[in-house]
Amino acid sequence: MVDSIAPRTATAASGAATAARPTQPGSTAPPGSAQAPPPRRRRPGGTTLRERRALRLGLLFISPWVVGVIAFVLYPLAYSVVISLTRYSGMTTPVWVGLDNYVTAFRDPLVATSVGNTLYYVLLAVPIGLVVAIVLALAMNRDVKEVAWYRTALYIPSLVPAFAMSFIFVVFVNPQFGVFNQVLGLFGAETTNLLGGPTSAKTVIVLMAQLAAGNAALIFLAGLRNIPETLYEAARIDGAGKVRQFFSLTLPLLSPVILFNLITGISAGLQVFTEAYVLTNGVGGPDNGTLFYMLYLYKNAFSYASLGYASALAVLLFAAGMALAGLVYWLSRRFVNYDVAAG
Amino acid sequence: MALTTPSARPSSAGATPPSSSRRHRSADGTRRSWTSSVLARVVLVALSLLFLLPLYWMVASALKSGQELAQYPPTWFPTDLNWVNFRDAVNAMPFWQFFRNTVVITVLATAFAVVSNFVVAYGFACLDWPGRDKVFYVVLATLFLPFPITLIPMFDLWANLGAVNTFVPLVVPNLFASAFFTFLLRQFLLQVPKDMLDAARLDGASEWRIAWKLVFPTALPAVTAVAIFAAVGSWNDFLGPLIYLQDQDVQTLSIGLQAFRQTNQQDIQFNQLMAASFLVIAPLIVLFFVFQRYFIRGITLGGFK
Repeated sequence: MVDSIAPRTATAASGAATAARPTQPGSTAPPGSAQAPPPRRRRPGGTTLRERRALRLGLLFISPWVVGVIAFVLYPLAYSVVISLTRYSGMTTPVWVGLDNYVTAFRDPLVATSVGNTLYYVLLAVPIGLVVAIVLALAMNRDVKEVAWYRTALYIPSLVPAFAMSFIFVVFVNPQFGVFNQVLGLFGAETTNLLGGPTSAKTVIVLMAQLAAGNAALIFLAGLRNIPETLYEAARIDGAGKVRQFFSLTLPLLSPVILFNLITGISAGLQVFTEAYVLTNGVGGPDNGTLFYMLYLYKNAFSYASLGYASALAVLLFAAGMALAGLVYWLSRRFVNYDVAAG
Repeated sequence: MALTTPSARPSSAGATPPSSSRRHRSADGTRRSWTSSVLARVVLVALSLLFLLPLYWMVASALKSGQELAQYPPTWFPTDLNWVNFRDAVNAMPFWQFFRNTVVITVLATAFAVVSNFVVAYGFACLDWPGRDKVFYVVLATLFLPFPITLIPMFDLWANLGAVNTFVPLVVPNLFASAFFTFLLRQFLLQVPKDMLDAARLDGASEWRIAWKLVFPTALPAVTAVAIFAAVGSWNDFLGPLIYLQDQDVQTLSIGLQAFRQTNQQDIQFNQLMAASFLVIAPLIVLFFVFQRYFIRGITLGGFK
């Protein structure tokens, strides 16, 4: 534990010699010296007594986080990698197997299935989710008197926990008890058991996720309100219509928020679990159609007691998640406009 | 909701544009804005109904008799209101025990999260120490770490400590601050005037005392937002209880209801399941209406700055 604190404090302290100096005249200084420029009491490479005391106090206050990041982030990260190289049931001593688990993972047809299912979900739920959230935000931003009512109505489903919404959907899309098929019937669709087909079951989960778009919508709403009205007036004077205003003004200025929601959406999408677990009673059916990656990982760890193999799957998910987030961020640099973010 | 629209505030600035824009508005604007606001309302009402439909269906199904539930096609409105379904649902499973377990976990997790995150955020926002902002970047970096990788090691750890089937694995981690809550609180605490802190320090107050007696009360809006998020997160948690709470007497609503459904797959009473789901959701909706403003502040603060 001490080992991993030490290097950070050291770099932090030396970094402060260049960075933190001008910004902090006298917050801990006596009143007389507050006006004077920071005294050059520091020896080159060393720190003043006051700085050291401030450092100690600061570290004391953030110590819960330091302990937490070691115990709940760094330790599990390292442990996952180690365990992923072993055969381990949780009860017995781990047996070293090298990269076997990773080789197995790449050959496991269920890994391929679950990756496919998860990608299906992410590729549909994330873009649709962004569009739905922006539509909701525009709706919540309408200049009508009773807009607060609409905002509440559109946000309330986001409060419902995923497991409870899944219970609701068990009934809601049920061909016998549900109303969803009746609504589809208005458009000429035949009544089917949507949870009975591998693709339709995944699609139900994609649809269900849209009901929780209210959180992202509120973030977009705050973004919309940050765009100065004068920009719209200028656009209007230049003869831009509503549609043009939306695509040339609103959307580019919302791009930082879009990026944020995109990254968090992808991250959450890769981890989709609860809905599939509840809808299918932990099976991931029908035909492994809702066997998402996390569900397969969970089953390996807690149903089949293959903690080593499940850890390898977790490491692969971690790598994929980080790579994807990095890729999105890198690709977005050309498209994201931070001009209004400050205003 | 408290957010009101400051529409077209700075438009009366120029000399010539206002007259032309006023003329424009009175010529076709009144008629068009009337029709467009009707159209907007139609769309808004339709959208709202669409989003509330699943919740309506939950309530409607919860109130139907078993006989009515079996009718095909299903009825849109229950012919009579069978409140007895709620009683039956609660009696069909140890509902209040699940409820009590969930409340205990939620309250402890929330209290721990508030205390630890406030202290850490104070360290990052109100104290000046060398390297502070660099360390804060590390906090931000952990914000986006995919969490499943910690699942198995943490389970292994808690299992070895004999903490499976206790609330400990679900509650104790909250004592150690989370990146998101710390971030959220820090954004707020940065607005606390430095002069106020310095004055208190001059009076000889200890940093701990300043944090709790002076800063904490002023940070209540942000603290409330964090408390709500922690509470909702704890109440809604499924995977945590699924892994750690295997015995029925320690289970929460989320996993208890699922276990109940799974063991009664053949003869599950859907009206009871809907009634139980309603009882799970109701506290969240009450919480939302009481603390609306903090919900919105928390979400927008966390997603934006």
